[in-house]
Amino acid sequence: MGRKSRDSRRTRVAAEPAPAPAADSGRALVALALAWAIPGGGHLWLGRRQKGVVFLLALPLMFAIGLWLEGALAPFDPSQPLVLLAAFADLGNGVPYLIAAVAGLGQGRVVAATFEYGNTFLIVSGLLNMLVALDAYDVALGRK
Amino acid sequence: MLVFAGLVSLVFAVLLRDEPGEQARLSGLLFGAFVATGFVLGWILLPFPL
Repeated sequence: MGRKSRDSRRTRVAAEPAPAPAADSGRALVALALAWAIPGGGHLWLGRRQKGVVFLLALPLMFAIGLWLEGALAPFDPSQPLVLLAAFADLGNGVPYLIAAVAGLGQGRVVAATFEYGNTFLIVSGLLNMLVALDAYDVALGRK
Repeated sequence: MLVFAGLVSLVFAVLLRDEPGEQARLSGLLFGAFVATGFVLGWILLPFPL
């Protein structure tokens, strides 16, 4: 191994972040759970107010538009793999999803012209909230 | 489509950038890309039957 290679390896090793202590991983898990439950809640809890407020407004708005367009919250039906995936995506919305499910919203109306548009809003808002929750986890661990 | 593109591009931009100016720039860029792609795909798919 040449000197240049050893130096570059030493530089890489020095640049790697130190492993996070256990308390930080607990904090990160709380941020992850909070961000999933309340869109933007994780960022607000971590002091990222601007990002948290944008997520808190945009993601529930997308979810509400999906319900308003008569989209359906997909059922957990293992016999239909794509429907099952859509159900997991919907679940990403957190508490708004649970409220809508308990209130009987999100039954959908298949014959409505806006049905598929509504489904798209519901699924994408859930998937975006999953990304936001993972971002909050990274922020809490100090990776961002 | 415009509402969808606007909200998705806003969330992505805020997720990926930290400065408000950069967020606004990326959001506008993504919004334009979404809308332009939608129109282009619409025109390409026009001859195909449902």
